[in-house]
Amino acid sequence: MYGNDFGGDQHTRHEPDRPHDDRAFTALLAGEGRVEPRDDMPEGYRKTLVRQIAQHAHSEIIGMQPEGNWISRAPSLRRKAILMAKVQDEAGHGLYLYAAAETLGVDRADLVDQLHSGRQKYSSIFNYPTLTWADVGAIGWLVDGAAITNQVPLCRCSYGPYARAMVRVCKEESFHQRQGFEILYTLSHGTPSQKAMAQDAVNRYWWPSLMMFGPPDDDSPNSAQSMAWGIKRFSNDELRQRFVDMTVPQAQALGLTLPDPDLRWNDERGGYDYGEIDFTELFEVIRGNGPCNTERMAHKRAAHQAGAWARDAAEAYAEKHARRTESVA
Amino acid sequence: MTSAKTLLLDYTLGLADDALVSAQRMGWWISRAPELEEDVALANIGLDQLGQARSLLTYAGQLEGVGRTEDDLAYLRDERDFRNVKLVERPMTDFGVAMARLLVFATYQLHLYRGLSVSSDDTLSGVAAKAVKEVAYHVDHAAHWVLRLGDGTEESHARMQAALDAEWPYVDELFAPLDPSLAGHVADPAALREDVLTDVRRVVTEATLSMPEVSPALGGGREGLHTEHLGYLLAELQHLHRSHPGATW
Repeated sequence: MYGNDFGGDQHTRHEPDRPHDDRAFTALLAGEGRVEPRDDMPEGYRKTLVRQIAQHAHSEIIGMQPEGNWISRAPSLRRKAILMAKVQDEAGHGLYLYAAAETLGVDRADLVDQLHSGRQKYSSIFNYPTLTWADVGAIGWLVDGAAITNQVPLCRCSYGPYARAMVRVCKEESFHQRQGFEILYTLSHGTPSQKAMAQDAVNRYWWPSLMMFGPPDDDSPNSAQSMAWGIKRFSNDELRQRFVDMTVPQAQALGLTLPDPDLRWNDERGGYDYGEIDFTELFEVIRGNGPCNTERMAHKRAAHQAGAWARDAAEAYAEKHARRTESVA
Repeated sequence: MTSAKTLLLDYTLGLADDALVSAQRMGWWISRAPELEEDVALANIGLDQLGQARSLLTYAGQLEGVGRTEDDLAYLRDERDFRNVKLVERPMTDFGVAMARLLVFATYQLHLYRGLSVSSDDTLSGVAAKAVKEVAYHVDHAAHWVLRLGDGTEESHARMQAALDAEWPYVDELFAPLDPSLAGHVADPAALREDVLTDVRRVVTEATLSMPEVSPALGGGREGLHTEHLGYLLAELQHLHRSHPGATW
């Protein structure tokens, strides 16, 4: 989910074309080597990566919608330009990630079909609505902040193409995170109604952002195997703690309050304690009962269907021209 | 009597509003394009148009000389004060319409900006010189799609022709003649007609489509007489900014 894996998808079957040598693979991982597309790998490793990278790509694509929701209404032309460029970046991230998934023997069109039919998931955070302009800031600051926390360790993921895609994605995401912070900083230092708008957005996005790291470690069935395979480098709870510790001082700099009465510095642990997360909400949203699940999928499917005639035309045109070129040659 | 400075201001606002309204329509496509690559391309084109609008609005504010910024001009003018052609304000939620319009509009902008890049007005020539490179890409992008759609399937051929036919009545307004007192100072749209239509015709013919033969719709956009669509477009564009008077974003 935006660089995390919740499991549970059905995906394409792929039979390895040669017997798998587990000792060689284990030795490669033990030596912190990178697995490349043509290397021998266990089928479970391949399937896990396909699922995770596809979910990550789908998240980038669905994530274009909540932010795209404010392109037409951005409150200044400068903000409009920054937002258009940001949503464009998300589309670009989707493209790199689908390309990374394709190195594992799957097809982008097939992955997109699986998203449309609900067999593959995307990050539940994008099922929350963007109700005010400040939500664009909160998504940049908190959601991209959480995504970066997840994705920085993925730059060292054992699968080479995914790790390399993450290097570029992380650079752009950290730019987005600073832009989100700056939107909120401007609002929190603006008029009283702007500050209230910023606080309201943070109130609504704080807990869902913490949920982006997935269930607690003792309830995260896929994590241990992903860590053994060098796909995941830190546990859900470790990453969540890292995000909280990074974010609390930033909230103070913004002059905004994080909506958790139990949030306080713990000298002994050298980190912030935080209140209990209501994971029933996360599971409800994953199950399809979030505020915008239906709208996000309807928007995505409608765009895909509306564009079918243009894609068909492009294909027909390419075929005609290939034939013409052949007959000339 | 209208001074040359007011005429130059209106001319600049016309170019700025064309670009701004086009960018606003283009922004709708991001997350709705037929392919992911096209989401990226249309966002890019919209961003270029928005960038042109920002430079031109800033310059319009300077010409006006009462301290209005790009945002004051974009967000605080009403429909009757907008100077864009009707072509760009009409709904654009069909991909064929989007590509037909982009082909015509970007080809027009290409010739206009080329002319302006050698204008005696240093600011306009600077903005135009940068924009020429951008709109050359827009023309290329639109032309490729018009070819694919026109010469693709039976359905796409019919839809692309229908899109061109629907846009065509609004093309004429692009070539409204320049006020004589600006002649020789900035590019005259009326003088671009032949070059623009020749370029468009080349693409349309190669795409196995026909140049529409329809009467032009009445113009008036440059005088602030718009279609009913512009009011809704501006309501959406402006509402948040206007809801917080004097706020900084």
